Amino acid sequence: MRWKTDTYSGWGRALKAEGELARPERISALKALPLAPAMGARRSYGDAALNDSGRAVDMTRLDRIIGFDPETGLLEAEAGLSIAEMVRIFVPRGFLPAVMPGTGFATLGGCIAMDVHGKNHHHDGSFGAHVEEIRLLRGGKDVVISREKQKEVFRATLGGLGQTGVIMSAKIRLREIPGPSMQVQERRAESLEEHLNMLDASQARYTVGWLDATAKGAAMGRGIVEEAEHGHADAPAEEKAKSVPVDAPRFALSKPVVKAFNAQYYRRIPEGGQRRMRSIPDFFFPLDRIHDWNKLYGKRGFHQFQCVIPLSGRDALRGIVEAIASSGLASPLAVLKRLGPEGEGMLSFPMEGYTLAVDFPARAKTPALIEKLIALTAEAGGRIYLAKDSLADGASVRAMYPGHAKWAAIAAKGDPAGALQTDLTRRLGLRSAT
Amino acid sequence: MNKNWIILGATSSMARALARELAGRGDNIFLAGRDMDDLERIATDCRMRGTGEARAVKFDARKLETFTPLIEMLSDQEGEINAAVFVGSMPEQEEIDADPALVDGTIIDSFTGPARFLTMLAPLMEARGGGTVVGVGSVAGDRGRVGNYVYGAAKAGFHTYLSGLRNRLTRAGGHVVTVKPGFVDTAMTWGIEGMFLVAPPEKVAGDILRAVEKRKNVIYTPFFWRYIMLIIRSIPEPIFKKLSI
Repeated sequence: MRWKTDTYSGWGRALKAEGELARPERISALKALPLAPAMGARRSYGDAALNDSGRAVDMTRLDRIIGFDPETGLLEAEAGLSIAEMVRIFVPRGFLPAVMPGTGFATLGGCIAMDVHGKNHHHDGSFGAHVEEIRLLRGGKDVVISREKQKEVFRATLGGLGQTGVIMSAKIRLREIPGPSMQVQERRAESLEEHLNMLDASQARYTVGWLDATAKGAAMGRGIVEEAEHGHADAPAEEKAKSVPVDAPRFALSKPVVKAFNAQYYRRIPEGGQRRMRSIPDFFFPLDRIHDWNKLYGKRGFHQFQCVIPLSGRDALRGIVEAIASSGLASPLAVLKRLGPEGEGMLSFPMEGYTLAVDFPARAKTPALIEKLIALTAEAGGRIYLAKDSLADGASVRAMYPGHAKWAAIAAKGDPAGALQTDLTRRLGLRSAT
Repeated sequence: MNKNWIILGATSSMARALARELAGRGDNIFLAGRDMDDLERIATDCRMRGTGEARAVKFDARKLETFTPLIEMLSDQEGEINAAVFVGSMPEQEEIDADPALVDGTIIDSFTGPARFLTMLAPLMEARGGGTVVGVGSVAGDRGRVGNYVYGAAKAGFHTYLSGLRNRLTRAGGHVVTVKPGFVDTAMTWGIEGMFLVAPPEKVAGDILRAVEKRKNVIYTPFFWRYIMLIIRSIPEPIFKKLSI
């Protein structure tokens, strides 16, 4: 297998790596490679899929369906299969991945390694909750792990950042759906308090809030709450994909532009709310229609901050939103969601509480702001999401994840030499138990 | 009508992309190659994505004994017989220079093996009165270059063979599409320096299917390679022989 020397980055493009990449097209070719971290579509924002000055294995060509049973909804596929492909193939047959991240470009392996969540975490838990079995290349062996076989390794692999072994394939349970459409209701939330109350009260299967991170004073934390259920009807035509051909200039996301855009976006929804029908991709992956939207942040890229704050921490959340609003750095991309109880993954992000995700263009003042937000999160007993992070410090992250020491021991057992380490695990010192 | 496709060299990423497209249409697919484990996996993938039958079958361009069982199997199928040939091997020219025995293998894999198979298949296609052969050649076959002239020569031979086969099958209602890919993003080109405007295999598969439908004779994919090669072919030999492109 030839190695390709390349400079590559995560979705945020603020961090880069230079190294050698292999892209096997068969499992036998993958197994013949020296051990190196596996990467999927590189939709993690920071450095989770980077290995600067080292090697990495691109899994996207290992994307075959190994089996599907329409009786049980059990799908087995290679790690490189994308969520969007699953949607394209299985929605016409009445099935959908039970948990879907905000981008369809994410791969099966990536969704497991990050234990991603969707707009239904409060009902259905994280992606890992629907994984039945994982085939790992671990310690030079081809092993199958599940809740029955090597349960602890299985739990360490859900959200395990690819450190317990290379995820080759997995079996996941798909959800049966009545049809290809989504019935979506959108309502305004006039303040943070109302926003959180609406998220708490929502009974819908899918609930998500868009937050105007530029609004201050009484309007601080205002936004639009979207609630959705699967519909029987045929879906409306999908909106056409567009792409961002070049890096946008800096003013594109300057403070006045974002403020004006957000106000407009908020008023898009009439005061009494609105209902509409949408296709599954348009509802779940709204940004996928704009290919390479990360270029809107210009060539310096951007950072995303995502935290979860326990339900009791509303005041802390208010402090975080306030810090963001007064920084003037926020972009229009800000999402507020309610998460349900913690799952099985030892290093999984979701825990019961409110999760807030905000994008910030990479500017001089951005790191200081994000560091402050991380400190506020830690103080409130919350967590930051490693799929998004590019700026945290190791000690505070390790303290946020109580399962860390046990996880590190399991990762070390399968990879004592640390050949699966990435820029993220090195930056945060995750592979050492202390 | 029932359509059968035999795909030689089915583990290549271009072939895989084409097989998925054909599976989506509900055609019967026979995936031929050497790596049976991987072929089985591709066959399952095609069955899961489509409605037709997909089966892994053994084919080795260097083992003539694998040819006859395939021809017999195809003659047992009802309906139209089509073939797509993706086989070929491209050792580095320096490797060949160091070990001239590699010349033979390269020519068998890329030219004489598939040519022999297609010659055995042609009577069956003629008897059925139709069907299409997709022969994947290469822009490397359009002119011999210092960097890979053995592979280029094998592909040039294959192009000429396909042109003759087209002439033959046309009389019986059949057709031959010669496909000349430029740089395609496959395991063969991964990590080679100097690649530009690399096309994804899915794009090539789409171009091939369109060419089959429209009964095109020779296509370059992506299309602009036709013009690049036009320029390269038009350079006078006294100048060309001094270039290293």
